[in-house]
Amino acid sequence: MNPDGHTEQQAEMSEQPLQTPRILPRHHEGASAETPAAESDAGSANGGAAPAATRTVQLEGLRAFYGNAEQVKGIDLEFKANQVTAIIGPSGCGKSTMIRCINRMHEEIPGARAEGRVLLDGIDVYGESVDVVAVRRAIGMVFQKPNPFPTMSIFDNVASGLRLTGARRRGEQLHAKVESALAGAGLLDEVKDRLSEPGIGLSGGQQQRLCIARSLAVDPEVILMDEPCSALDPIATLKIEELIDELKTRVTIVIVTHNMQQAARVADRTAFMLDGRLIEVGPTQEMFTTPSDVRTEEYVTGKFG
Amino acid sequence: MSLGGAGGAGGAGAGAARATHPLLAPNPGLRRRKLMNRAMEGAATLAALIAVAVLALVILSVLVKGISAINLDFFVKGPAPFGQSGGGIANSIVGTALLVAMASVVAVPVGILVGIHTSEFARPATAASIRFALDILNGVPTIVTGIFVFGLLVVGHVQSGYAGAFALAIIMLPIVARSAHEVLSLVPSSLREASLALGVRRWRTVLTIVVPTAASGLVTGALLAVARVAGETAPLLFTSSIASTLVSTNPSQALASIPVSIFTLSEEASPAAHAQAWAAALLLIFLVVILNVIARALFGRSRTRLGATR
Repeated sequence: MNPDGHTEQQAEMSEQPLQTPRILPRHHEGASAETPAAESDAGSANGGAAPAATRTVQLEGLRAFYGNAEQVKGIDLEFKANQVTAIIGPSGCGKSTMIRCINRMHEEIPGARAEGRVLLDGIDVYGESVDVVAVRRAIGMVFQKPNPFPTMSIFDNVASGLRLTGARRRGEQLHAKVESALAGAGLLDEVKDRLSEPGIGLSGGQQQRLCIARSLAVDPEVILMDEPCSALDPIATLKIEELIDELKTRVTIVIVTHNMQQAARVADRTAFMLDGRLIEVGPTQEMFTTPSDVRTEEYVTGKFG
Repeated sequence: MSLGGAGGAGGAGAGAARATHPLLAPNPGLRRRKLMNRAMEGAATLAALIAVAVLALVILSVLVKGISAINLDFFVKGPAPFGQSGGGIANSIVGTALLVAMASVVAVPVGILVGIHTSEFARPATAASIRFALDILNGVPTIVTGIFVFGLLVVGHVQSGYAGAFALAIIMLPIVARSAHEVLSLVPSSLREASLALGVRRWRTVLTIVVPTAASGLVTGALLAVARVAGETAPLLFTSSIASTLVSTNPSQALASIPVSIFTLSEEASPAAHAQAWAAALLLIFLVVILNVIARALFGRSRTRLGATR
């Protein structure tokens, strides 16, 4: 770990005047005040390495391939701590592939590989001494369709990440952890009396919040969301969006969305991708009102895509 | 041209308008095509009925001819000594249970592991060639399997329950492995992704997420394989047919079995023995039907479970 080098790098990286004054003070307060509270809340005293967790993700020259087909063609992008960044762009532009490279899920597909660097807190997740399991615990993911484990109860679904990754927690500790994750996902009140019922008995929106709780339970620094609302009705979508707004005090969020209104509602920053390349990134409001690239303007005004 | 205009203009010459409308245009082949359609439908329905009728006929004739020989002695006694009547096939029932159980203990775990390998771990090309090999193994005539095991384990030794069970296990293996592959492939990949994305290692994902989700399907495949080998005769003729008439549970000697007993009883002269052969056949059919019904019910359950996550 090299915190000094990291901050330098971060300073160099922020070439654009990105942060609106509205966001900057808020998320700083949030970061310092909320983190210890959340941890003691969950009863986990093992977070000794917390100071290094700046929750920042940087992509450096990221390229992703399926076989010989290059799907992501060199992206440099920074996801700032405790902000929501939306990735927009037409179908097939590489949005999903790009975020799947961040937690190394891309390489699970036969023949798929990634090049370049993905830095979490300044450490390359593709580094030789980095375990893919640690990467995925630090960078959670929520998928397009809710995918709770069908053989497991609500409780076991949320506990699964803790139990199956070897982090042994027993009894009350586990229970507290699960409850705080469910509370974090805004689901606790709805399910607290039926934690032993199967997770797939919930409604679609509840299932998706269960999946969010499941990824929150392992205390990630970052959560990647791949069109998390595309299978949900408008009311369930609204709940997830409200949830995203609350969660960003705890985690950095990257959300891929096809829905530009959604990007406008939830994201602090928005990145526009086209044909595997990053066209433009900036504060969401600017992206939708005064984009600097004509292709961004055409896309956000609905001229194509 | 609007429809209203056409209708108004055609008020006098309605006949002419009708003749030109494509829906009502003359269609000389129509009658023939409708007839052909009927005939094909009829033929397919008839074929389906015949298939069901054959099954009904087999079960009925076995039932009619075998039911008379079914009594308590049939289940609890061994064959009657030569020249006497009565007796039963208790030795064969116990022998079949033992043979099938031993074969399952070997073939089910190995088969499921092969299925896990081809579905979860092997590269697609490797998996395809393994599945091809399994299909060939499945297609090997069971008499060939029998003679192979005869050469391997019986020649120079004696017939034994072990040899018979080994032959049955060889027959079960590809059935279990193929069905395991199929049901594991039905598990939505989104579940594997969810687990991997939580940081769960691949083998653990397979053991704790994929296999439990497919569990009832795996049991179904195993039961169908059991049902299949419970009726196998040929591989046992070489390996486990010269058996004691007493009930034996010692697999180092040849064990009697229901299918082999059907064969030997039907070779005997007395009508009573023939009736017992039919009764044994009835018992075998009953077992196979029960196993199939259980297997189906289980698979139905697993399908609803998988369907819920799609």
